Formats: sequence, structure tokens, C-alpha cells
Amino acid sequence: MAAKARTRPESTVESTGGEPADTLRDYYEQMSLVRAFELRSSEMYARAKIGGYCHLNLGEEATVVGLMAAIEARDYLFTGYRDHGYALLRGLSPERVMAELFGKVTGVSGGRGGSMHLFDAETRLFGGYGIVGGQIPPATGAALALKNQEVAGPDAAAVMCLLGDGTTNIGAFHESLNLAGLWKLPIVYVIVNNGLGMGTTVEKASAEPDLYKRGASYRMPGVRVDGDDVLAVRDAARDALQQARESRQPVLLEVMCYRLRGHSVVDPARYRSSEDTTIAQQSDPVPSFRAKLISAGVLSETDAAAIDEAADVRVSEAVVFADESPEPDVDDLFKYVYATAVANMPTALAGEPVMDAL
Amino acid sequence: MNTEVATTRTITYRQALNETLRAELERDDKVFLIGEEIGIFEGSYKITVGLLEDFGPDRVIDAPIAEEGFVGAALGAAMLGMRPVVEIMTINFSLIAIDQIVNHAAKMRSMFAGQVSIPLVIRMPGGGGQQLAATHSQNLEVWYAHIPGLKVVAPSTPADAKALLTAAIRDDDPVIFLENLSLYSAKGEVPNDEQVAEIGKAAVVKTGTDLTIVSYSRGTTTALEVARQLEAEGLSIEVVDLRSLRPLDRDTICASVKKTGHAVVFEDDWLSYGIGAEISATIGEGVFDFLDAPVRRVAAAEVPLPYAKSLEKAALPSAADLARVVREVLNISSTPNDK
Repeated sequence: MAAKARTRPESTVESTGGEPADTLRDYYEQMSLVRAFELRSSEMYARAKIGGYCHLNLGEEATVVGLMAAIEARDYLFTGYRDHGYALLRGLSPERVMAELFGKVTGVSGGRGGSMHLFDAETRLFGGYGIVGGQIPPATGAALALKNQEVAGPDAAAVMCLLGDGTTNIGAFHESLNLAGLWKLPIVYVIVNNGLGMGTTVEKASAEPDLYKRGASYRMPGVRVDGDDVLAVRDAARDALQQARESRQPVLLEVMCYRLRGHSVVDPARYRSSEDTTIAQQSDPVPSFRAKLISAGVLSETDAAAIDEAADVRVSEAVVFADESPEPDVDDLFKYVYATAVANMPTALAGEPVMDAL
Repeated sequence: MNTEVATTRTITYRQALNETLRAELERDDKVFLIGEEIGIFEGSYKITVGLLEDFGPDRVIDAPIAEEGFVGAALGAAMLGMRPVVEIMTINFSLIAIDQIVNHAAKMRSMFAGQVSIPLVIRMPGGGGQQLAATHSQNLEVWYAHIPGLKVVAPSTPADAKALLTAAIRDDDPVIFLENLSLYSAKGEVPNDEQVAEIGKAAVVKTGTDLTIVSYSRGTTTALEVARQLEAEGLSIEVVDLRSLRPLDRDTICASVKKTGHAVVFEDDWLSYGIGAEISATIGEGVFDFLDAPVRRVAAAEVPLPYAKSLEKAALPSAADLARVVREVLNISSTPNDK
């Protein structure tokens, strides 16, 4: 992991680059919201309000905010299973996201998907996917549809497909990048490189650990950016999306960040070295962005504390909503199996006869 | 009858598929075809002859050899409202794409609470008997028929190929469309006008009173051949063509067996855990009291299919095997023709 730290690009994190104060404040509010939501998700998991697998964006807040600041409402977003922060910043209410984690009918996926499968057609969040890399071919196909449905240009839509560092080793990644490069599809593949698969480092998993270079085989520009720098992430992603929508040039963007905790909430991450843990904590983008905005005079200590408090209140409201929401109705068990009604659809529950005896 | 115009034509199963693809491409500009060698090469089995020339490379897309990639890409295009029709060269190669089919296409609508539908057709032939050896001769339809969220259809005639493919393309769910290598050149009467089958329904393709043969795809052709042969010997055999493997039309199967009291399943897949196992269980549950003999299954020998013609022939279920088992179930002594 020390090697990973050495490969980080020169950071521009010290500069606020003449950004409007309101924008910077918005970004801090968003980072604070994601942080508060994820800490509370962890707590709710420990209290058994959330089941299954639950992967958090803790430590990746600047990456989440930067990417979601770049993507436009008309664009389509596909992600892996570490998807809570993206859903929140795509505009879904914390209530509906928390309700999904609680398995409630008011959740974004009606309580049928859970943490890994957040989906919202209206905001074009086209899924959270639990199978590593499962989202990459469909995201590529969404870009194929866009290419056939729209004319390239600044107003065209594009696809952003998020994936983890470990995912760059699966076949579907390479097959999809080949299709996108071959057919010139409007898509940006974003590798959120937090340095670890579950516990396996990039260096132990990838023969070419500079993952952005993997685009070269597909004549696709590869770009690496510091994931702790929200403005750098935003600008790199905007540039990539612009190439996708205007020139139909797919781009591979690698965002370098750290995971503050284990792979999922149940993982104590004992495999991590103390050095790595120290670097991750020192790189924590939330306090560092907060400190930067205070030192730049964008926020006062009081402002920042108020933002953090507001985020916490917002998440508390979401927890209450999720807790009080009803479970999905068991009578609706088969409701969404098929879109087109079909003869003889099986609807037997366990132990029920498959048909009446004639 | 001098005002009558021809309402049917005799064409091959291949031609019925080709004409249906053409008609659907013409009818709906959201429909597009994607697969390996379907454009310039016009398809490994020449199902897509002439379509690239007439519809262009945006509607008839030659994909690189990347089943997981292009099946998943078709799925993603379907999520945005396109109606892709994928050709996988044979069902054997679909295993490379099975994550996208089983873990994704079949799940999305349910997992996302109906917010998205997947109007995706995946066409692929199965079948042995062409000396293509173990990896290229499988009948893996039960892998897909097992999965809720998929629909699996298996036409046995050119007319059904037309009607079921039309229905599959217009359906808003992922449909596995099972073809068979040995059926492509089979001929049959096909109505000239538009035909849209109801997915999920079986058909009684021959009526009879003594015994029911349940089959699908190529097997139905053999079942009809055997039924007619036995008819000449005074046996009245009913043949149920499943047409849809998921959902399964249990009522039609059981209604037939209730009438005949005897049932044999003829299937091209392997015996254990195969299509016939599900049919037999259905008959046991639905019409046990009407059975006069145990249900029998005629299926492939459980071996990776060898190349050598003698071994291949021995491993695959044949008309003679079926006729023999029908006689056994009816407790009739066999004739020399059966061996």
C-alpha cells in the first residue's frame, strides 16, 4: 500500500482553485451527508436493522462527490455494490435509501434489492450490482443504445460506469472495453481504486497495477486522478464525460482513494498494515476538506459544525422513516417477476401443490 | 373456391426464422440483431441471410467473440428501451454469458421492483447428432428453464418458429429462444399472415387415446413420427409439444395424461434432473390416480457426447428407443422394427 501512495499523482488538494464559495460549501455538505449516512448505516447494521452485505463509502467521499458533481441528470449511472453515496448524491432521498437498506417497501428498490442493488429509473441510477463487474456489460449496452438513439454533441447523454480496482481483472471488463473502443460508445469507465479488493492489494491482483493504462489495449484514453481531491475528481470526470458525449470517445478514469474501514461492515480489516491504516486516516477527505475550507475562509468552524449537525439530523430523519415504513406485502411476492403477463406462471409457495389434482 | 388465395406456404424452419427477423426489423426500429458472424458471414447457420444488406450495421451488429460482453451489452440496450435479438452461435457458448443471463437479465425487473423491463431475446441452437463431439452437442435448456425471470421457448415447427419468435421479440421480458441444429432444414406449412403465439402454452399436436408422449423442439418431430408409425399398428398416441419450457403448461400435460392413462417423455437432454424429471413430477402430482403405468423418460445417455458416429448414435435418444418404451409402458410385445 505504500507503493500505492507513491503512485498518487501530484495533488492539487491545497488549492480551492477560485471555485465559488457556495459550490465548495455544497461539496462539503454532500461529503458530510455521505459520511453521516455511512456511519449510521454501520450502526444500524450492528443493531440488525440492516441485513445481508453492506459496503460503505467511508473514506471515498471526495470521490463520490466529485463524480456526482460531474455527471449530468441526463446521463446514466451504473455502479457496483458500494453504492449508497452515489444514490444519495444522484438525488435520492436519504429516507428512500435507508428504507432500502432496512428492506422496506418504501426503499428505492421496493425493499427487493437491499444495499447492493439501489436503482432509480427517474434519476437514471441504473443500478447497484452485487456481482463484481456485472454492471459493466449492461452499462456498455446502455451506451450502445444511446449511440443509436442520439446525435453526439454537448447535449447528448453519456454513461458513467463505476467499478472497483479488483474488477479490472475480470473478463467482462476487458470484453466491454473492447466493445466500447471498437464501437466508439459514449461511456466513461471509472475505476474507484481504493487499493484493495477485499483484502488483496492491487499489486497482488493486477499484472499492470497502473490500472488506467489498461485502456491502452482498447485505444481508450486512461487518466488517473487523486480521489481525495474533490475538484480534481470532478474536473477529470467532466472532461471524460465531455469526450464521451461529444466525440463518442470512451475513457477509462482511475480515481485513487482509500477505504477507511473493512471491505464490508463486518470486516475488521486485520490484514491491513498499520502504515496503510495510518495513510488512509491521514488521507481522510472529509476532515481535510473541512480544514481546507476553514483555512480558506469559505467556512467558519461554526458553519462546518452546523453542516455536520444538519447531516446527522437528516440521517436521523431517514432512520425514523425507514424504521416506521412497512415491510413489503407478502402477497406481492411474484409481482415483478415478469413485465408481460404470461400463461401458467408458477406462483406456488413452498409446500403448496404446483397444480390442483385433476 | 376460385377466390381463395394461398394462406400458407411450405418453408424451412431456417426461412421462417429469417423472415420473422426481417418482419420485426421492419415493424419496429427498436429491434436490432447482435451476435457473432451474423452480418457479413450471414450467420453460422445462415439464419440472418440478407439482413445486414437490407438493414445496415446499426441494426445487424457483428459482435466480436465476447459472449459475456455482447449478451450483457444487449441487456443494457434493452434497459434503455431497445429490443435486441441476440444470436449465440450454439447453446454451448451461452455458458460464457451465463452471468449476464442468469445473474442479471433474469433478476433486474424483480430486484429493482419493476422499474425496468428487459425486452431481450436470446436465440441459440442446441442439439447433438452432428458429430460435433462433447462440447458442441449439448442440450442445456434446463439450465435456463430452472430460472424464474426468464421465459424459455422451444419451437418444433417452422410455423411455431415464426409465431414464437414474433411473440418473444414483442415480449417485455428476457426470452431464451431455443432452436435445434437438426430442425433448421425441416419444412412445414407456415401461415403468411402475422402470427403471435401465446408464450407459456403447450399444444396437443396429435390427439390419441392410449398414451401421451410429451416432448419439445426436435423431440416433437420424432414423437410425431413414432406416433404415426404406431398408429398403423392400431395404437392411438397423443403428442403434447411443450413449446414453452418456462413457464410450463402443466394443465395441458395433465389433461392429456388423464385421458390416456400412460405417459412417456421424450427429451434430448440428459436424464438426471432433466426436463423429463419435471414433467414426470408434474404428472405424478396432477394425475397420479389416472395413471395405469409409471411415467417413463427417454433421454440421452449420461456421457459427454463422443465424436464417433457409432457412439454418438448409441448415446442419443432415437425413434426406435421411443417406440420401444411406448410399447413397454403399454405392455405390448416389441416388433423387430424397434431394434
